[in-house]
Amino acid sequence: MRDDPYIGLLVVLAPLSIASIGGATAIYAPLQYEAVDVRQWVTGAQFLDMFAMSRFIPGPSSILGALIGFKIAGILGALVAMIALYLPSSALCYAVGAVWDKHRGKPWHTALEQGLAPIAAGLIMAGVLSLYRITGGDVLTGAVILAAAAALTWKRKLHPFILLAGGAIAFELAWLLGR
Amino acid sequence: MEPGQQPRVGYAALYRVFFWIGLFSFGGGLLPWIQREIVTLRGWMRDEDFLPGVAMAQILPGVNSTNMAVFVGQRLRGAPGAAVALVGMLTGPFLVMLVAAVSYQQVLGVPAIHAAMAGAAAGALGMMLRMGVTAVRSAGRSFGPILVMVAVFVAVGVLRWSLIPVVLVAIPVSVAIAWPRGGKNA
Repeated sequence: MRDDPYIGLLVVLAPLSIASIGGATAIYAPLQYEAVDVRQWVTGAQFLDMFAMSRFIPGPSSILGALIGFKIAGILGALVAMIALYLPSSALCYAVGAVWDKHRGKPWHTALEQGLAPIAAGLIMAGVLSLYRITGGDVLTGAVILAAAAALTWKRKLHPFILLAGGAIAFELAWLLGR
Repeated sequence: MEPGQQPRVGYAALYRVFFWIGLFSFGGGLLPWIQREIVTLRGWMRDEDFLPGVAMAQILPGVNSTNMAVFVGQRLRGAPGAAVALVGMLTGPFLVMLVAAVSYQQVLGVPAIHAAMAGAAAGALGMMLRMGVTAVRSAGRSFGPILVMVAVFVAVGVLRWSLIPVVLVAIPVSVAIAWPRGGKNA
């Protein structure tokens, strides 16, 4: 049973789905340990390659798990990995949301909602800061972040493509000039 | 507060919205994009219904964007809506992942692509900053909520304490602060 790649993917990835608190970055260390050291699905170098590649793929960066699934068991392996990665956490989120809705309008519910608001605000700002740090925290990145935020303040319905493309063009120019 | 009064959203429309968001979600920070599509452009939800979901999506385990898709889909069309939004969100990344898995050696060697991706990620971070400003404004103007907000930001963002213990302390404190107001407003 340990040799069946589909069961292996489910056994490794489904717990990581629930363990990925605060986003996909939480699962990198345990995923590397399982995929490289314990099960030897990929080598350490292949894992790093896939990690870099996952940054080029839209969506959650935990999709790295689906790349590994594809590597060991093709399209079906990738599909099984996707289910294992996203179904458990989504089911939990659904269950919490359902309970939440049922108690709408009760005083404790309103208090909880109002109490969560400043926590959400603090977490969003903390997320901006920690992602800024991951990018390397250079001046160009900071300038693009502020420019994009200012542009959105100026025009609230501005299309995200414009902001993403604007950032990409700015970086592309800087890269060409600095070459 | 009448959640039943929201317009009924079709499954196809729901799938389409999340498909496009998912396909172009580079560099994280998807929640502001979802807010724009669902609240600002289509009016399917209001900010005060959407923002609690932002907190929930971040606090619960799992990826923020898929949690938010489940939250929005559930609010709009129940369990099938949650499934449609989640699958819509993941369809694009899954397809791109398959293409990338087949062709990755070539793609990784191009430094221009690296630069463009980093720039797009910075643009996405700007969107997140703007959303943070909205969230800060709507979080309350009195001393208590502002203190909670700053404490959470400093603990998680500056000091990089781990999320779970911070949130486990912050929720009871923040709810206790909100309790009297919550009682009166309900």
